[in-house]
Amino acid sequence: MDFKLKVWRQRGAGDKGAFANYDAKDISPDTSFLEMLDIVNERLIAKGEEPFAFDHDCREGICGTCGCMVNGYAHGHQGGTTLCQFHMREFQDGETIWIEPFRAKAFPVIRDLVVDRGAFDKIVQAGGYISVRTGSAPDGNAVPVPKDDAERSMDAAACIGCGACVAACPNASAMLFTSGKIAQFARLPQGQPERIDRVRHMVAAMEQAGFGACTNHAECEAACPKELKLDCIAQMNRDLIKAALVK
Amino acid sequence: MATKVMTFYGTSIGKKVVMAVTGFIVFGFVTVHMLGNLQVFSGPEKLNAYAHFLKSVPAFLWTFRGLILISAVLHILAATQLTLQSWSARPQGYAVQRYRETTYAARTVRWGGPIIGLFLVYHILHFTTGQVHPSFSDNVYNNVVTGFAVWWVSVFYIVAVAFVGLHLYHGVWSMFQTVGLNHPKWNVWPRVFAVAFSLAVFAGMVSVPIAALAGLVRPV
Repeated sequence: MDFKLKVWRQRGAGDKGAFANYDAKDISPDTSFLEMLDIVNERLIAKGEEPFAFDHDCREGICGTCGCMVNGYAHGHQGGTTLCQFHMREFQDGETIWIEPFRAKAFPVIRDLVVDRGAFDKIVQAGGYISVRTGSAPDGNAVPVPKDDAERSMDAAACIGCGACVAACPNASAMLFTSGKIAQFARLPQGQPERIDRVRHMVAAMEQAGFGACTNHAECEAACPKELKLDCIAQMNRDLIKAALVK
Repeated sequence: MATKVMTFYGTSIGKKVVMAVTGFIVFGFVTVHMLGNLQVFSGPEKLNAYAHFLKSVPAFLWTFRGLILISAVLHILAATQLTLQSWSARPQGYAVQRYRETTYAARTVRWGGPIIGLFLVYHILHFTTGQVHPSFSDNVYNNVVTGFAVWWVSVFYIVAVAFVGLHLYHGVWSMFQTVGLNHPKWNVWPRVFAVAFSLAVFAGMVSVPIAALAGLVRPV
């Protein structure tokens, strides 16, 4: 398959940046999107041109490192998939593909398609953990957790922190990420002692990082490769209201 | 947990809760307003008596007006702050951005607000204080019927009420989500409620100008 790529090139946060055109010819339909980028980059290197930078690590959809906007969709248009698990067979032969970094004030561009998602680390550092040692994995059913709570905690914990929610949000809001990190503890016994402090601190860290405000578009939910739900956001809202009331 | 915590209103979630609560108050008012309007179909005596009843105790009247005005001011203030926060959160936009889930109502909710606000100024000058009404009198029924007999006034009302309907649809659903009234087992109901109420308010509100244009209600 042949494609025309329009790739965002930017030398650093201070650089203005612009799209550059590249041809991606003779690409197998079974090539993953990142492999296609590798092939184009190798050809650029062979020609003595500078390859473009993009983030990637595990390439099996579990690490949260990869991701950029592909034709206006975070991680491409497939849904429920990271960019590394997205294949060129999902495109039409000869298609023009726009490739841009995730854009948000809180995610400054480091280079080309690589952005600094350190703001997410700050949110997790603000309270996305249990302060005491909880020991090794307890015996099954030693700590009783209702099935529904266990399932919903695990669904929230599926978040890999890729930033697609922020990228897809018309407001560049980080509500789905932050709420996922809150909701994964909110329904488990281990999460209860710090539950109120956690939501206060994590929401504060989210706001101070410069993310936008949620307007319930649900674009985050549609873009999330791990299919986190808006229910997480409702959980966070509920906990923050509770935090305001118990203060 | 070293991050400095913020006041409730200092967070975007706090502002959204203020929008949800004030929105709920105004939504309640709009629903009652729509039901009151429908009395135009019961004839001049009924509607005029209802209008008279509303104004009979000034203390009540001004308490309600004050509550609605304060709600509207807080709603607009929070909306403006949240909008500015969101606009500054993505200084550089995308060359290509496509949407999957969002609705027309959600995307226009910010612009629907100012449009409804301008409409309300006209609406109050038209039917409450009468400055822009061609033949304003103490007879509320006649004010309504003659006011809506001007076709472009009715068209403007219908368009404005359509924006109210869209605003209510997104707002009413969002209200549940924002205050955390959400559960996977009954998440469909806030949507159903939002659709049913915004359609009911829209239909009830536009039935009056349509009836006036069609000659179904006539001045007395």
